[in-house]
Amino acid sequence: MKNEKKIEPDGEVLVEDILAKYPPKVAKKRNKSIVFNDPSKDQPIQSNVRTIPGIITQRGCCYAGCKGVVLGPTRDIINLTHGPIGCGFYSWLTRRNQTRPGPKGDNYMPYCFSTDMQDDNIVFGGEKKLKEAIQEAYDIFHPKAIGIFATCPVGLIGDDIHSVAKEMKEKLGINIFGFSCEGYKGVSQSAGHHIANNQIFKHVVGLDDKKKKGKFLINLLGEYNIGGDAFLIEDLFERCGLTLVSTFSGNSSVEQFANCHTADLNLVMCHRSINYVADMMEKKFGIPWMKINFIGANASAVSLRLIGRYFEDEELSQRIEKVIKEEMPAVEAARKEVMPHTKDKLAMIFVGGSRAHHYQELFAEIGMRTIAAGYEFAHKDDYEGRKVLPDLKVDADSRNIEELVVEKDPERYKLRKTSEELKKLRESGVEMKEYDGMMPEMVNNSVVIDDISQHETEMLIAEYKPAVFCAGIKEKYTVQKRGVPMKQLHSYDYGGPFAVFKGAVNFYREMDRTINSKVWGLIKPPWDSVPEITATFVLE
Amino acid sequence: MNVINKAQTNTATKNPCKLCSPFGASLVFKGIRGTIPILHGSQGCSTYIRRYFISHFREPVDIASSNFVEETSIFGGEKNLCEALENVNKQYNPEVIGVATTCLSETIGDDVPLFLNDFLKKKGAEPFPDIIFVSTPSYSGTHMDGFHAAVRSIVEYYSRSRQTESSASLISQAGKSVAVFPNFVSPEDIRHLKQIILDFGMKFVFVPDYSDTLDGATWDKYKKIPEGGTPKDDLLVLQKISSVIEFGDSLDGKDSAGKFLGSEFGSKRYGLGLPVGIDLTDNFLNSLEIISGRKTPDKYIAQRGRLVDAYCDAHKYLFGKKAVVFGEEDMVMSIARFLCEIGMIPVLCASGAKGDKMREISQQLFLEYKNEIIVRTKADFVDIEEESEVLNPDLLIGNSKGYSLSRKLGIPLVRVGFPIHDRFGASRISHLCYKGTQELFDRIVNAVIAKKQSESVAGYTYM
Ligand code: SF4
Ligand code: SF4
Repeated sequence: MKNEKKIEPDGEVLVEDILAKYPPKVAKKRNKSIVFNDPSKDQPIQSNVRTIPGIITQRGCCYAGCKGVVLGPTRDIINLTHGPIGCGFYSWLTRRNQTRPGPKGDNYMPYCFSTDMQDDNIVFGGEKKLKEAIQEAYDIFHPKAIGIFATCPVGLIGDDIHSVAKEMKEKLGINIFGFSCEGYKGVSQSAGHHIANNQIFKHVVGLDDKKKKGKFLINLLGEYNIGGDAFLIEDLFERCGLTLVSTFSGNSSVEQFANCHTADLNLVMCHRSINYVADMMEKKFGIPWMKINFIGANASAVSLRLIGRYFEDEELSQRIEKVIKEEMPAVEAARKEVMPHTKDKLAMIFVGGSRAHHYQELFAEIGMRTIAAGYEFAHKDDYEGRKVLPDLKVDADSRNIEELVVEKDPERYKLRKTSEELKKLRESGVEMKEYDGMMPEMVNNSVVIDDISQHETEMLIAEYKPAVFCAGIKEKYTVQKRGVPMKQLHSYDYGGPFAVFKGAVNFYREMDRTINSKVWGLIKPPWDSVPEITATFVLE
Repeated sequence: MNVINKAQTNTATKNPCKLCSPFGASLVFKGIRGTIPILHGSQGCSTYIRRYFISHFREPVDIASSNFVEETSIFGGEKNLCEALENVNKQYNPEVIGVATTCLSETIGDDVPLFLNDFLKKKGAEPFPDIIFVSTPSYSGTHMDGFHAAVRSIVEYYSRSRQTESSASLISQAGKSVAVFPNFVSPEDIRHLKQIILDFGMKFVFVPDYSDTLDGATWDKYKKIPEGGTPKDDLLVLQKISSVIEFGDSLDGKDSAGKFLGSEFGSKRYGLGLPVGIDLTDNFLNSLEIISGRKTPDKYIAQRGRLVDAYCDAHKYLFGKKAVVFGEEDMVMSIARFLCEIGMIPVLCASGAKGDKMREISQQLFLEYKNEIIVRTKADFVDIEEESEVLNPDLLIGNSKGYSLSRKLGIPLVRVGFPIHDRFGASRISHLCYKGTQELFDRIVNAVIAKKQSESVAGYTYM
């Protein structure tokens, strides 16, 4: 399909067309989740609300967010699914997070452990089987930690996974804790992120006070090492002289989580999935956090500079500048090379809780415009910025996710920056604990849709004929059936890395090849195209 | 020596060798024209299951959900289900909606047939797509149980429905027809089976037939539901078709769709093993000869000849080689028989299923070939690995989940069955009849040769 550009559509007509297919009640509800962006205005968007039954969503469940996303990339904890077999099977080594256990390190990521509940467990309860399964996992692997993940039936039959965890923890002397992440909780995987944050904070963070050597100790939160992104970031930190204590949770280990409270700055990459831990660490240990973004070469440079200014250290800032200077020539060269093929083309991104925002940077760097974007499971603050937080209504679905009450740690709380210092930083443009969200950064008249449905996707593609559509594997083949190239941004189509400078170069080149491949031109067979002469006949 | 039967030894399942029931049901629904499945439960199950389909077939797959939330789990899912039915109907305009349960709705004990009854009653005369229901609690079976249950539900539903005008006319012009319940095979396999039946001069009704819906061409226009699948009118004539071929040894003696047609309408049921290898394919073609009253077309006789010729020529590479076979019970059994036929030894046959039939057939194979076979039912990949370490096999035959074992043991994995998400073209893998066996056979031989070659110090190019 040729990329016919059509940048200024009639917003109202498009929305009307989209909604016409829905029953009136559904139309009314969906209408609130579709916005024609005008960054000069405060436009509210509805998000983090239940998907309507029968509307096919790309969202997963609470369990998926808890086990798959946050704990999935942590290599040395055994993740045991308590439930029937499917839930565990489907979440078995499907994400593309990479890890480097080292020669002697434990790595249980390739394993899927499940209690594989049967009829009698559903009828008589599954606690006994759970205990046996924990014992078995322990006997075989002798892990440092075991996490128990509850699936839908567990909550209903009333198994108490937390008391089982406690009992087995005492018996075996290793860290064992549970996650009540039954799939029906919350409205998407986002609820699972929150639960995972809570339990890791409660059961692991702060267990080990040993401080790493290094002058500038940081944690990276919300980076999951898809396609090896974290490896590139780690390398960059090292060259800048930054010491990474812990990553939540790409290329991570439980041990790193245990002493993450010794860092002096938290960097938040994916705000949606991890801001809870960042907030809790600030309250309990006094570590401030800042939002950064390592997707896009420019964004990476900006983020590094912010870190340098936070630490207020001249030598660090100079090292950072040196690294940026070393990296940029290759980026510029690649940009120049692909720009003629990508400039002014349109992209759409519907994915996750932060990538739909971050990847707009990369597209902008090669002259492409993100004409439509939206998240799968984000909340209002990820669209409109944290300024909306005070007014956020807590609905029934969010209320059933525990909010931990966190207090200052009497011994270990340490103020990293006084409020005076923070104020000064803010005045110089270093904002802590802030995120402006996606919408203010998108140009006028872009389309923003939350939890987009298959039907809405189709309408958008027909209207704008984008050069590339970014989403996940569930959308991939529907989009490509019509000859529109589709790039997976959950798994990177098993490619990548795309983070920081080297990743940006990978991405530019990959987009060039993807968009300009000859394959898309083969979709229409020659006998299908109407010869021009026929058209003239009709006209006469 | 004998057949050694081992059941599950561990409590927990580690690296499972089975999927869950609604997966199998959804697969069957994908093979009925114009169908959208709804899974009654939380959205996670639908999303996970769609994802698994898509990574194997690389095609669009829509499966809706009734999207339970916490209060639905407490108060029941009737309201959500009705809403889902309405919304799916309005958006997709399907001919059929297939409703399957999940563990959640089963655990809370939702009476779905009652909900559906009330729903349709309320609709009154207003036309609504056919709704076919199947109960698929995963805690009492595998994906294959869901698969067979869905086939049976569909067959029951339509053989009890009233004939439409078009279906009635189909019956009168049907001539010789055969109903085929093909089991879980690849789209390419289904296409091949259909061609064979056509070549016998017969018409067919496949339940399911996802050969187009899960392996289709690009689209010029957006299609809400991919084209293909067995049309409703064909399903309506099922009860009039006098011969039914039902593949899968495990269905023997079970309440299968074929058995239902037999007992309700007196159809003759041909319960056959999946036709892999000479013997089982001969059986299948024999049955077609009986049903059609025609001789096997020359084309297939030629294919059989070439296959036997290949068996002879490659025997030097294969004889005595040991293979571990795992996956769906019926596929495992047919492949085991085929392996014995070509002089290999299926040293371990494993499946996540309860697998009663596996034991029986292995016993027969033992009597015939005197091969020692270990049968592991309710097995997971830790069991398979334990056995393999002792058995020292030359080859693994099964799905992609066997890859880590293949890597660990340094032996090749010949990919068959489901899921295959680490190679391209899963939809077009052939397993069945002379032609499909030929392809499978060539792949097995080449895997053995490739291993030998890469281990040769001289680096022979002439094998
Ligand atoms: S709850 Fe049951 S149906 Fe849903 S994914 Fe898990 S095993 Fe499958
Ligand atoms: S049963 Fe619940 S936990 Fe399991 S996949 Fe379905 S929604 Fe998720």
